[in-house]
This record gives sequence, structure tokens and C-alpha cells, in this order.
Amino acid sequence: MNLSVNIAGVEFKNPVTVASGTFGSGMEYSEFVDLNRLGAVTTKGVAVTPWEGNPTPRVAEVYGGMLNAIGLQNPGLDVFVSRDIPFLKKFDTKIIVNVCGHSVDEYVSAVERLAAEPVDMLEINISCPNVKAGGIAFGTDPKLAAEVTKKIKSVAKQPVIMKLSPNVTDITEMARAVESEGADAVSLINTLTGMKIDINKRRFVLANKTGGFSGPAVKPVAVRMVWQVRNAVSIPIIGMGGIASPEDAIEFMMAGATMVSVGTANFLNPNITIEIIDGITAFCEREGVKDINEIIGCVR
Amino acid sequence: MFKGRTEIIENREIAKDIFSMTLRAPEAAGAAKAGQFVNLYLDDKSRLLPRPISICEAEGEKGTLRLVFRIAGEGTKQLSALKSGDSVTLMGPLGNGFIDTPEKKAILFGGGIGIPPMLGLAKKLSALGVQVTSVLGYRDSENFLAEEFEKYGKVIIATDDGSVGFHGNVVQAASCAFATDTAEGNGTCVFACGPLPMLRGVKGFAKDRGMKCQVSMEERMACGVGACLGCVVRTAEVDEHSNVKNKRVCKDGPVFWAEEIEL
Repeated sequence: MNLSVNIAGVEFKNPVTVASGTFGSGMEYSEFVDLNRLGAVTTKGVAVTPWEGNPTPRVAEVYGGMLNAIGLQNPGLDVFVSRDIPFLKKFDTKIIVNVCGHSVDEYVSAVERLAAEPVDMLEINISCPNVKAGGIAFGTDPKLAAEVTKKIKSVAKQPVIMKLSPNVTDITEMARAVESEGADAVSLINTLTGMKIDINKRRFVLANKTGGFSGPAVKPVAVRMVWQVRNAVSIPIIGMGGIASPEDAIEFMMAGATMVSVGTANFLNPNITIEIIDGITAFCEREGVKDINEIIGCVR
Repeated sequence: MFKGRTEIIENREIAKDIFSMTLRAPEAAGAAKAGQFVNLYLDDKSRLLPRPISICEAEGEKGTLRLVFRIAGEGTKQLSALKSGDSVTLMGPLGNGFIDTPEKKAILFGGGIGIPPMLGLAKKLSALGVQVTSVLGYRDSENFLAEEFEKYGKVIIATDDGSVGFHGNVVQAASCAFATDTAEGNGTCVFACGPLPMLRGVKGFAKDRGMKCQVSMEERMACGVGACLGCVVRTAEVDEHSNVKNKRVCKDGPVFWAEEIEL
């Protein structure tokens, strides 16, 4: 049985990766997960310079999910390149580097800096709801999204995935905009902007007031958006949003995702990625699926 | 590190909304250090984040872990309802635990639900021949665990309502008992776990007396293993791992030297 999938010429041994920000650079989770088994590790968003992130509390639990407003804390590309990439290169897995920036120039500088690095793909975070400058501004305006895609594509040496926000009226418009400027793939969904109030203290629970909503509760929204984007563009999709079981992963693939990312579920079970890979295998065996590519977008 | 189902041996309410849960978890108990914590995972998957709970006592020989926690919300309420013979998913031990230090005298400060982790520390230090004084702060006369601390040294109790011991907070109580003599303070290490204002007070108390000071921090966590960066604390210097002035409470802590972090 074939579990391998291909996105923009990069061959992944299976369609399972992790959602950026939920897995660090793999180091902490390598105690629980054999990273060699993952289709790819998608690293936490990294920028040209270190970012402090937001004040705490940065996380809150909500029914069926969680809110986070980490604010893209990251050590900057110098540390990332000298520490995290060599760590990941010790494993037989692909590396997808998530890139963030406050401005088009910062995205471009980061992508240029990564050009000579041994990473397989870049995922451009134009959809983080938790930073004031950059991030989501590029992900909610199709003109800006197209512009940043164009500039990044002109300097990128690796295939480029644009990560899309669900906090828009029509996500297909965003997908078309980035496809038109040469994006090699799209990933969706980033988190939905949410809020939680502590009614006893009459205060916001998160220091940032709002945070990104993720976890099993968002899955139906994400599946719908993957299906919509799948019908709007021809570039591959990496689907994510609440995946916590093999069945969830298969649902995203049937909606049109070539790969899937497991995010929040890592927090409730550090070994969940492996269980999902094994479960997809078992599903294919049971259903007589000889090639996982057969199920991608099979529900039209 | 251990992760798996563990059996509950005992779970009882020792004060209003405070529960003492003993679990059979030999691998975790054998590896645990005072000041570390475990993640408990609820079977109710609508509440998906682990509950980080400090280890009160770990008995390696018996293979048991004792956790003392307060009902703070729906998740801990579910944990409080578990009975002897039930099981719960546990991961741990997590975090660094209290840091080994050579002083032969120790003052342990515990405030409210910050008291339980100090019990395991008191036990460990007294076994090492350290002279232990425990300063425990409570709201009222429900002085859970206080008697158990007496096995390991002197106990000073402070209550908010004055019903037992010193009427006031732990720092005020300790200030009456320990003079500001820096020559004397030199051979003493202070350890503290409790609410932030208390930790600030304890830091000042130790500084005034030339004592070293370790504090155990609490912050909202998600992963518990250092990956998500949810539970950071501001640091005085740029941290080597994060490359910014943030350390992770779950992985780099929860115990820090007081001067390392911004309180």
C-alpha cells in the first residue's frame, strides 16, 4: 500500500505533519514521537529577528478546544538555523519551515536567509491572529496576500505554501489570489479568532484579549473550507483544524487535502501523530485502498 | 518519562475543595523530584488540555504519587470525583523540581494550594540533615497538611482571618521569626510556592537577609513539555533556549532562582 504523497515535487512518506506552533521544532516531542515516522515536521513560526511574543496568560481552554495568543515568540533565524535545522536533519523526515514577519520585507528577508538551508518547503504564515503588525493583515486582504506571495516566490528556493486564515468572508478568494502569484500549495485553516471572559473576575482570560481558537470544535469549519478551496484552485492543500483521530485526517483528505497537520491534539496526546498514521494505514487496509492518493478529494 | 493509565488508590477531601489523591504510578514515582509536577488528562475530551498538578509526595519504594489539588474549575472537579479503583491518564514527572543547594538551613514558604509541593521538599531536606522551618499560609482554620510538616521541622502558620497562628501573611509571620541578619542568612536557602504577591514578598524577605531564594511558578499551560510556549515567565537576562527574555515554566521551571525572573 502506498501512503506517500507529493506536493510541488517534494515526496512525503505519508500525509501526516504537525501544525506549526504546536510542536516546537520537534525537539521536545522527540521524547514521545519517533520523528522518522512523520511525513514532515512543520516548525514553529520563525522570523528574521527574535520575537518576545505576548504577555501571559497566553492559553485558555474552551469547550472542545483552546485559545492561544502566544504572539509568535521565536528565537530568530540565526538560532533556528544553527540549532533547530541540524537537529531535524538527524531524522528521516521532511522539514517544512513556517515563516512569519511584520512586513513584506521581513518575510522576504527570512525567505532569502532560508534559501541556502537544507529545508524542504516553506510555509508562509500570513494568518496569525495574534500579532498586531503583519500576520493576519496579509491573510485577510487578497491584494496584500497576492503581493507578498509574488515577492516571496521571486526569492524562494524552496516550494512555498501560503497558510490561509479562516477569518475571511470568502477563503476561496484568498486561495485564488495566492495561486495566481505562484504559490505552490496552500495550508488551511489557521485558528479562528476567539475570546473568553472570566465572569467572576469580569476580565478577559487572555492577556491579549483575543486568541486563536483551535481543537476538535473547529473541525467542521475547516473541512468545509478545505472542500471549498479544493474546488477553487488546482494547487495542493495541506488541511488542518481540529484533527485528533485517523478518521478526522481521512475526512480532510476526502474533502481535498493532500496532507494533513495535527495541531492542538498533540497537547492531549503527545503520541497522537503516530496513532493517526497507524490508523490511516489500518483504514486503507480495511477499505482496500492501495494508494492513499485515491482518497484525496474523493468526495465531490 | 512515564505516560499512561494509573490507578487511584485514594482520593479524599482534606479541606473544603482540596483533595488528596494517591496514585499507583511506579515509574513516575521512582523518577520524581520534589517540586516537579505531572499532567493529568481528563477522559472528557471536551476538556482537552492536561491539568498540571504539583507532586506533593513521591514514594519510590511503594510506587505511589500523592497529588494535592484544589477544585478550580470543571476539570479539577471531575478529578475530585474519581474514586479508589478508578484510573486516570498521567504523564510525568515534568519540570525541573527544586534545585539542589548546599545550605544546611531552609525556610519553606507555602501559600494556599502552593503548600503541597513543599511537603515533599520538607521531607527530602530533613532527610539530608537540613534544618527546616515551614511557613504555611492559609485563609482560615482549615490547615491542610500542616500536621504532616511538623514531622520535618518547625512549622509557622499564618492565616488571613487570624483564626490560627499569625494573623497576616507568611512574609509578615516569617519577618517576626527571622531577624534581618545577613551573616546569619548566608547559610540559609528559601523555597517558595504560592500566589505571585506572596512570591514577591518572599523574594524581598530573602534578599533583606542575604538568603538564596528559589520560587516555584504557576502559569496557564497547554503542552506541559516545552513546545507550545504558552506558559512563559519573563527573565532578567536573555534565555539561551528562547533567545528572548522568556523562560518556559513547564520545561525550564517551574522552579527558578528568584533573581533569574521578573516577579
